[in-house]
Amino acid sequence: MTATTANPSARRLSKRQQQRIIRGGLYVLFVAAVAGLLAVADWETIQRNFFNTELAREMFPDVLTIAARNTLLYTFLAFSFGLVFGLLLALMRLSSVAPYRWLATVYIEIFRGLPALLTIFLVGIGIPIAFGTRWPTLVTITLGLGIVAAAYMAETIRAGIEGVPKGQMEAARSLGMSYTRAMISIIIPQGFRIIIPPLTNELVLLIKDTSLLFVIGTTPATKELTKFGRDLLNLNANATPLIIVGAVYLMITIPLTQLVRVLERRNARSR
Amino acid sequence: MTASETVSSATGGTPAAIEVRELHKSFGDLEVLKGIDFRVARGEVVCVIGPSGSGKSTLLRCVNRLEEPTSGQILIEGADITDIDADVDHLRSRIGMVFQSFNLFPHLSVLRNLTIAQRRVRGRSKAEARRVASENLDRVGLSDKIDAYPSHLSGGQQQRVAIARALSMDPDMMLFDEPTSALDPELVGEVLAVMRDLAQEGMTMMVVTHEMGFAKEVGDRVVFMDDGVVVEEGDPVQVLTDPRHERTQRFLKMVH
Repeated sequence: MTATTANPSARRLSKRQQQRIIRGGLYVLFVAAVAGLLAVADWETIQRNFFNTELAREMFPDVLTIAARNTLLYTFLAFSFGLVFGLLLALMRLSSVAPYRWLATVYIEIFRGLPALLTIFLVGIGIPIAFGTRWPTLVTITLGLGIVAAAYMAETIRAGIEGVPKGQMEAARSLGMSYTRAMISIIIPQGFRIIIPPLTNELVLLIKDTSLLFVIGTTPATKELTKFGRDLLNLNANATPLIIVGAVYLMITIPLTQLVRVLERRNARSR
Repeated sequence: MTASETVSSATGGTPAAIEVRELHKSFGDLEVLKGIDFRVARGEVVCVIGPSGSGKSTLLRCVNRLEEPTSGQILIEGADITDIDADVDHLRSRIGMVFQSFNLFPHLSVLRNLTIAQRRVRGRSKAEARRVASENLDRVGLSDKIDAYPSHLSGGQQQRVAIARALSMDPDMMLFDEPTSALDPELVGEVLAVMRDLAQEGMTMMVVTHEMGFAKEVGDRVVFMDDGVVVEEGDPVQVLTDPRHERTQRFLKMVH
């Protein structure tokens, strides 16, 4: 391993030595940065504004029994609506009847292309003004988030259904099942198995999108996490509530993203 | 061809299990079947051989209308299934089909693979469907796999389950689309053995295959197809050992 003898320009380092030096440098940089931050930081201010224990304690139990509960309820409603309507749209996109395909395509393209906030304004404010009617809050919330979620889920579900091998439909039909029966018993169950990971990702996105719902107005009983945190932020001129609701979000979302990772690994192994 | 002709020929004697008349099938500009006339009598085992791309699988798939014929007629037990009013779902439930790639339902256990169509299509009770399923699993020698999932079975076992699944519908006839082509060589025998038993029990069978030994031993008749037409048909031993047509001779020389 003394290839250096071939090179007369003396102190050339081997590849491995170079790497070791670079890595050492990175460690030093990291430690220096952390030490610098610790030295500069105004700990007292940080603790008072972000980790005020008294303020944090006052948030319980409402942050869980009202805010987190509402976030989960709204997510559940919008996800259920999105799943059912998304499945319908996916089947329309796969239909042999052209107008159904066009209708589904137009819907999906429109609502995937618009900001979710715009749709929420439309459902929560635009339509009530136009028709002079007000739907119950939960209906508004379900539609406001669900309309967009359905567009995304439709594409995911369609990909799942198309991912089921063609022979499955043929085998089902060869046994005398109708197209609808084959879809229900054979194709859709397999399609959904494929798309559980991406659907879980969409669930996580939806959980976060419930934070947009404050724009349609809330009462103390209908606040979700973000609105709940923001109101306390304004009231106390202190950021601690944001830290607390952030932690609650992460307690919900991180297990879900971990679950996706496990499911994806298992899917990859079974193929 | 008029409807009255159909009726008269069908009532002229016992109708054939499968009768194909002047069948044409095109995929876009490509004509795959160029006027096929073809019969399978009740209880007969007909093996269809020929080079790949000859249209033999397409012919088989037209028989239960997995492919829509472009023109021509297909009669099953004398009933015209190319008729626009034909109840295709019911027709298919009377015709068992076995695929090259097995096509078992991977999300269902072996038992559910065998019972789902019995329950949903035939409307059989759970107990009845289960009884029929275990009978047919026994027939293919896989009673011990009733609770297994397809992915845990070998290719040969999967294909035998697929045969049992088709048999569980009590079909009048069975279609086999290259049933052993996807199998490792050492697994071919067990599938052919099941098919041989079935033939001996008197099942009407149409078998697209490359297994010349099987065709010779089990087939009542062999049909050689090439380029979308039936070139030659007849007694298996005669067709396979002493073919009349030059194209058949060339094909057999290539496979042997």
